[in-house]
Amino acid sequence: MDAATITSWMHGIDVAMREEKDHLVQLDAAIGDGDHGTNMTRGFEAVVQALDADDGSTPGKLLILAGRTLVGTVGGASGPLWGSALRSGGRVLADQATFEGTQLVEVLAAALASIKDLGTASVGDKTMVDALEPAVETLRARLSSDAPVADALDAAVEAAEVGMRATIPLQARKGRASYLGERSIGHQDPGATSTTLIIRALRRAVIGNS
Amino acid sequence: MAVETTHMRKFLNEPAKVVKDSLAGLAAAHPDLVLYDAAAQIIVRKDAPRKGKVALISGGGSGHEPLHGGFVGLGMLDAACPGEVFTSPVPAQMLAATKAVDGGAGVVHIVKNYTGDVLNFKLAAEDAAEEGIKVTSVVIDDDVAVQDSLYTAGRRGVGATVLAEKIAGAAAEGGADLAQVTDIVKRVNDRARSFGVALSSCVPPASGKAIFDLPEGQIELGIGIHGEPGRKRATLGPAAEIVDVMVEAVISDLKPKRGGKVLAFVNGMGGTPLLELYLLYGEIDKKLRAAGVEPARNLVGSYITSLEMAGASLTVLELDDELIKLWDGPVHTPALRWGL
Repeated sequence: MDAATITSWMHGIDVAMREEKDHLVQLDAAIGDGDHGTNMTRGFEAVVQALDADDGSTPGKLLILAGRTLVGTVGGASGPLWGSALRSGGRVLADQATFEGTQLVEVLAAALASIKDLGTASVGDKTMVDALEPAVETLRARLSSDAPVADALDAAVEAAEVGMRATIPLQARKGRASYLGERSIGHQDPGATSTTLIIRALRRAVIGNS
Repeated sequence: MAVETTHMRKFLNEPAKVVKDSLAGLAAAHPDLVLYDAAAQIIVRKDAPRKGKVALISGGGSGHEPLHGGFVGLGMLDAACPGEVFTSPVPAQMLAATKAVDGGAGVVHIVKNYTGDVLNFKLAAEDAAEEGIKVTSVVIDDDVAVQDSLYTAGRRGVGATVLAEKIAGAAAEGGADLAQVTDIVKRVNDRARSFGVALSSCVPPASGKAIFDLPEGQIELGIGIHGEPGRKRATLGPAAEIVDVMVEAVISDLKPKRGGKVLAFVNGMGGTPLLELYLLYGEIDKKLRAAGVEPARNLVGSYITSLEMAGASLTVLELDDELIKLWDGPVHTPALRWGL
């Protein structure tokens, strides 16, 4: 995997956010304020523009650029959270031109750690962590038992989807949905949903490049 | 653009440009008070930076007008950072505002307690500190409808924000230092509680759809300022009964000293006329006196809104002599003006 993998991942997220924008807006309107799809679309449009204007940066630098762009364009909670996540992930790769599956795990683990730290959320709070943490853990487990990267990513996507659907019966404990108390039960979390789109886009980017 | 403006009862050119277009209009209407820096998307007091004066900035999603841009001027904010509708601004805006208004005495960030606002202001304060600017941050969390516990993001910042901006702005204008101004903001937040109700949802321009559906004859109790549904839905009764719920929610939490003075702030959510807000104030004034406190000061009007939502919130601030003096101090902003 290399810089093209990162660029392709970000392009994939951009497409997915635009396709799913209305769905994300609907999910957010039910338990938040209905702007999640709009914000994520605006952010990843800007990321794609920034990456397209970039000339030959390493994968780590591209992730840092993507993160900085998200912090600078999204606002809301998802801007700082995903922005810090991608910056932390990018720092893991330092100046390397290429990276392996085990390092991809470390990139995602650093992203997860940064989201949990800044957002003070844990699994079960009905947030993006509910999709991201199982995806990262599954990817790590599969790769450490020598599964091919493509298979491990398939499993990670499945884990994210399971985690995303598991947010439906949960009562939100973080973010704007937590203001609803019990009324947040019965709705799928928009942050966990967009997180799943991001993991799906990663699988497509990596498999398309391998 | 997926949104058809013609299907929305809104004055728009392009939905995506609503915030920028509105800020340009605010600056055009009040050129004597504020400047609009379109590149940074901030509203700045015209005579900023004021050398030696502690500066105050606030910001948050748009859709709450006149908050915050309408409160920039003498005796209140030095700058406002408006985000997209109901979306917090980005750190670059707060950093640009902080740099634009710092007169060497430091800058106070007044932050409403929403995850997005808190995170973005946190990143901005770190950036400002790296640039050598003294910044303090106070998070406003006065909404009693949200339980402050490990199981929520904490109480929301609502009506107390307006009161804190006015009162701390007067302190800064009077020469208070950074620690003193910061303490005043904290004191207002500690002594204020709010509770809001809605009779309708609201329509964000980007989606063009109402955030929730509220059938006629129903009321949402415990709403915030982003069109988010409240904690409970009930049958709409007479105003006096609704006021009972609002006053009880606020007073039972604030527990003001018996015989003490309070400021009662009756705020419209954007779609409720003054006719009804004054009706509510009349009921609230009676109930507060019956509860053993004196509404010595008040503010009635739509100052922290939720687009075109029909509804109202009550904020009660327990006063002392210093807070009264600061409240009465001169203010000259697009939305508040007295004492000049």
